[in-house]
Amino acid sequence: METMAKNTLKTGEHPNHQPLIMFKEVYKSFGANNVLNGISFSVNKGENLIILGRSGSGKSVAVKCLVGLTKADKGEITVMGKDVTKLNEQELNQIRMKIGFLFQNGALYDSMTVRQNLAFTLEHNNRNLSKAEVDTAILEALTNVGLADAIDKMPSELSGGMRKRIGLARALIIKPEIIIYDEPTAGLDAITAREIIELIRSIKVKYNATSIIITHDLTCAKYTGDRIIVLKDGIIKAEGSYDDIENNTDEWIKSFFQK
Amino acid sequence: MNLYLKNVFILVGNITAFSSRFFKEVFKTGFEFREFARQCYSIGYKSLPLVTITGFIMGLVLTIQSRPAMAKFGAESWIPGMVSLSLIREIAPVITALICAGRISSGIGAELGSMKVTEQIDAMEVSAINPYKYLVVTRTVATTLMIPILVIYADLIGILGGYIGVNMHGEVNIVRYFSQVFESLEYVDLLPATIKTFFFGFFIGIIGCYEGFNASSGTESVGKAANSAVVSASLTIFIIDMIAVQLTDLFF
Repeated sequence: METMAKNTLKTGEHPNHQPLIMFKEVYKSFGANNVLNGISFSVNKGENLIILGRSGSGKSVAVKCLVGLTKADKGEITVMGKDVTKLNEQELNQIRMKIGFLFQNGALYDSMTVRQNLAFTLEHNNRNLSKAEVDTAILEALTNVGLADAIDKMPSELSGGMRKRIGLARALIIKPEIIIYDEPTAGLDAITAREIIELIRSIKVKYNATSIIITHDLTCAKYTGDRIIVLKDGIIKAEGSYDDIENNTDEWIKSFFQK
Repeated sequence: MNLYLKNVFILVGNITAFSSRFFKEVFKTGFEFREFARQCYSIGYKSLPLVTITGFIMGLVLTIQSRPAMAKFGAESWIPGMVSLSLIREIAPVITALICAGRISSGIGAELGSMKVTEQIDAMEVSAINPYKYLVVTRTVATTLMIPILVIYADLIGILGGYIGVNMHGEVNIVRYFSQVFESLEYVDLLPATIKTFFFGFFIGIIGCYEGFNASSGTESVGKAANSAVVSASLTIFIIDMIAVQLTDLFF
């Protein structure tokens, strides 16, 4: 990890200080279980925001509310100036076409080859593309994640790390303005996790996309995030750069950094 | 008992709501023809060996079993007519639908359940692809169209099985056999029996999709989805058959 430079930007210091995503007093509960308890935060254009927290803290639910997979009970979630909680399916799909989502286990379509996985997303979002254009885009996306030779493989033939990279290629093929990473390094060995972290950093440079990275992996948070928010029981416990969080005096946050 | 009944009504309500979405989505533009064709191949063509074997055995066994009773009344010559009538009106549609509920409904339930558990359905939705239209509409339209075709095919194979059965204890010319079959059949025997198979097909598809779509997280739920799909679809087939028989009795 010596080659990686740590990001040290603090809240509000990002060069493009223009919120692309805003959560305002968002609540979500499942039965009696209150998962989000009025969280508010924003993500600036071109920024990598880390949402850090233990399992069950509401990290994944927050991004699921953002992309409309789950409906927030209360509050406002603005993406590119539009409140996604008030959009109909068609309007929501317009927003979704600009968002790439990397799921925890890749969520590749089992019955399709890698090529078909990528073509499926692209062709459904842009039906006017020729076969040659689709093939070029697929190859480009796979080259970006370093897996061009896996193009004709089935998901069952891929390792966990490869599945995540193909999942990332599928998210990138639509040239998204926003990328959401759900636990990008979870379940991976140290070397593969480092490769994924490098990939996230290179994507930030190449695509200049705004990213939300959900993780409980401090190494991932340290090297990929511009800013970090820490969630506990559906509320934001702390916010700031990695150094701010590391130096936080709160006992619960300190426990995160204890080895 | 009250809780059981309550759960049954909740299930019926949920399946009705799920089905009503089907009718909204099926008429929207952007039908997924490629996936529909793939499903027709998987549901229709790949079920042919199973339907052939069961259809043939149904015809053969029905003929052999009814022979002694018919022989007592000296009505052996009525066997071709009786077998074909029984097959076309009741046995082939119900047995084929039940076989398909076991093979197709459980397959759809397990496939979609697995997709749900591994977030593949969420991935589709996030990619601005309507998973209901892509997965549910294509599969349900395919079952609705393929089951009647499979039933008609099972009718023919069953009648052929009956011919073999008849010839086990005597010698009946194939032309004579089929002329006896067609003499005993009327238009009203075919029409209601065929209409009800469209309903069988629709419910086999929609119940499989409903159970798969509503699988909770965890691999255990995939098995449960497949199991519930078979049980619910089989029960629904019997209920539809009962209603269809009553209506046929009323109108024909």
